[in-house]
Amino acid sequence: MDEEYDVIVLGTGLTECILSGLLSVDGQKVLHMDRNDYYGGDSASLNLTQLYQKFRQTGPSENLNLGRDRDYAVDLIPKFILSSGELTRMLVHTDVTRYLEFKVIAGSYVYRDGKISKVPSTEMEAVRSPLMGLFEKRRAKNFFQYLQNWKEEDPATHQGLDINKCSMKDVYTKFGLEAGTQDFIGHAMALWLDDDYITKPARATVDRIILYTQSMARYGKSPYIYPLYGLGELPQAFARLSAIYGGTYMLDKKIESVNVGEDGKFTGVTSAGETVKAKKVIGDPSYFGAGQDLESGGKVRVIETGKVIRAICLLKHPIPGTDEADSCQIIIPQNQVGRKNDIYIAAVSSAHNVAAQNVWIAIVSTIVETSVPEREILPALQLLGNVLDKFVSITPLYSPTSPGTADNIYITKSYDATSHFETVVEDVFDVWQRVKGEKLVLKKREVEVEA
Amino acid sequence: MSNEDGPVKATQVKLVLLGEAAVGKSSLVMRFCSNDFNENTSPTIGAAFLTQKCRLENRIVKFEIWDTAGQERFHSLAPMYYRNAAAAVVVYDITKASSLEKAKAWVKELQRQANPNIVIALVGNKLDLVSDESGASVAPKSKPAAEEPANEAEESETDAEDDATPPPPATTAAAGDDSSDSLRQVSKEEADEYAKEAKLLFFEASAKTGANVSELFTEIAKNIPDETPTKPAAAQGQAGRRNGARQGADSGVDLGERQQGKKGGCC
Ligand SMILES: Cc1cc2nc3c(=O)[nH]c(=O)nc-3n(C[C@H](O)[C@H](O)[C@H](O)COP(=O)(O)OP(=O)(O)OC[C@H]3O[C@@H](n4cnc5c(N)ncnc54)[C@H](O)[C@@H]3O)c2cc1C
Ligand SMILES: Nc1nc2c(ncn2[C@@H]2O[C@H](COP(=O)(O)OP(=O)(O)OP(=O)(O)O)[C@@H](O)[C@H]2O)c(=O)[nH]1
Ligand SMILES: [Mg+2]
Repeated sequence: MDEEYDVIVLGTGLTECILSGLLSVDGQKVLHMDRNDYYGGDSASLNLTQLYQKFRQTGPSENLNLGRDRDYAVDLIPKFILSSGELTRMLVHTDVTRYLEFKVIAGSYVYRDGKISKVPSTEMEAVRSPLMGLFEKRRAKNFFQYLQNWKEEDPATHQGLDINKCSMKDVYTKFGLEAGTQDFIGHAMALWLDDDYITKPARATVDRIILYTQSMARYGKSPYIYPLYGLGELPQAFARLSAIYGGTYMLDKKIESVNVGEDGKFTGVTSAGETVKAKKVIGDPSYFGAGQDLESGGKVRVIETGKVIRAICLLKHPIPGTDEADSCQIIIPQNQVGRKNDIYIAAVSSAHNVAAQNVWIAIVSTIVETSVPEREILPALQLLGNVLDKFVSITPLYSPTSPGTADNIYITKSYDATSHFETVVEDVFDVWQRVKGEKLVLKKREVEVEA
Repeated sequence: MSNEDGPVKATQVKLVLLGEAAVGKSSLVMRFCSNDFNENTSPTIGAAFLTQKCRLENRIVKFEIWDTAGQERFHSLAPMYYRNAAAAVVVYDITKASSLEKAKAWVKELQRQANPNIVIALVGNKLDLVSDESGASVAPKSKPAAEEPANEAEESETDAEDDATPPPPATTAAAGDDSSDSLRQVSKEEADEYAKEAKLLFFEASAKTGANVSELFTEIAKNIPDETPTKPAAAQGQAGRRNGARQGADSGVDLGERQQGKKGGCC
């Protein structure tokens, strides 16, 4: 291979595929490689055979009657798309929506005092919701109306609060909201994983609540949408975008080395004895030493920032208490179970073409806090009823140690414990800025390709 | 710009192209799509797929044609590519024996992975390169595969850096049993027999002269059941539904639709 590329991308996870697509559209010559023979890396969706192979090194057990292999697309990371969020904007901007079909997630639930309740998606549901008493509902309504009317440039709408400076605690206090309501707002709507936000400036929380309510208002039922055939479709769609704009794809390529010159700058990548040259490399942490022992002298390019436990559970029934929902999110706020981090459940089913008829896939996840992570997720497992089979992973999360501008080696972050893709898109923007030295601007496409 | 848009409903059909590099997949599509009414003559760069209608006696089949975008070149085609495809055109080059083997591999892959009711057509392309048979008006036998500038210019699906087709190997009458075909390496009988066995439609065609190209797509259209149960994904996201924001029982969503209304700053 004597061709030289502008950028080599390693790993076909969603972050890398979005970047690859955007760079190809930008006119860069991109070579995109993956060590696996499938797309998606850590954000792939697997069929049953692949799933059992990955976790058990065996085939699916016959007596569970799970149905046809090809009916399955089991996500490795549990995430949904906020319908008014940044990933949606990215999908629409790049027009990859034409390769995908989405469905609304049927409901979002929150755990309180041993049972789950739906996060209201309509006024009617809000009025009936057991989550707040009558008077508290009124106070909450004042709070939500405040947010609805708030305008940056109109101090009259600020009611004396500077949300860029004051803490979220100050805001809660002003509206007299109870602890349970604070939990609900901070965790089920602002989707914070812990309580650190309370003492920080309120603005970030307000923005997240607004994002949540806009997403909720967009399609009703829940703030989330989900691609048919699983999340693994997302990287594939962006990979196709990249290919259409000239990107070259090579799967099933073991990467032997990422090479640097005497000046320490990236020069190319060696795979199967062949070396390909490029100006820059972008890749997920697993291509840059994540999880490997540090060889003496080797440069430490990524560091572990925490661990996530994920338990993929196969069920033959909807999750109890969700009104037979074909899909849902359940949030167990940390306070409710004496933890520091929330536990999430994300459930999808045959309605999303990711499982055989009458099979539900529920993934429980949280940030690991103790040395026995499996015990930490018990409160969530108890909500699921009978679990047919369960695949547990404890995954370290990695971040790059440097921005990469010095050596042209740009590393993305692992997929975190949040329930949505906002941080993934943040990472895309961040890497783009590092690689290109300028902000990524999503212009509205001028050309509509008509059907 | 068809002048009569009858009351006949169009069946939307996703069709995928497969085959070895440089057998003429993109050329066949361009021949088919720009020969008809000129709705799609100039696809914008990066067009996701091309569309072309095929009028039958009693209905219209609207093909949504997906090209590989070169992802098959290093065996890196995504499963998403043939997801929900109702038809596949598997192309080989009749002047290159190895391309038929590759085609057979694709057929196997489709039968394993794709929608079980998929209509598959096997196409031996570059018929113009062998001596005249079956009424194909053959271009003068000059240097083969060298000139197709018109197609190249319009093509947007293929890679920018498409390496030029290596001219077919200069072997003389290797597998060809037809008397005068010097370049032919795959006999019509051999391919036809394989197609029958594997239950495929079969054509020899030329993207260059247009021989058999519209026949090919018409025959595929005829073989598509009237009500295709699986609608291609894009059929939904596109112009089709403009009706209201809230979804029906199936809660499928159209992302593009509400874009404009969405901004409104940060409250
Ligand atoms: C658990 C819970 C969650 C709530 N979440 C919201 C909320 O996200 N946003 C909010 O404004 N009020 C929310 N409320 C407040 C609640 O909607 C009002 O107290 C109640 O609807 C009173 O209705 P109304 O007819 O008097 O108000 P109105 O003046 O008719 O409604 C106030 C405005 O809020 C909107 N709204 C109402 N409920 C929701 C909702 N769940 N999501 C998005 N918008 C809504 C309405 O469309 C309207 O624009 C919530 C209340 C509870 C108990
Ligand atoms: N003589 C002749 N040449 C053809 C015919 N069809 C295609 N070609 C030529 O073959 C070469 C490859 O054609 P493409 O249509 O780009 O082939 P492809 O299968 O799309 O190739 P990739 O996208 O690279 O996989 C081009 O130089 C075409 O001009 C044909 O029917 N006859
Ligand atoms: Mg092509």
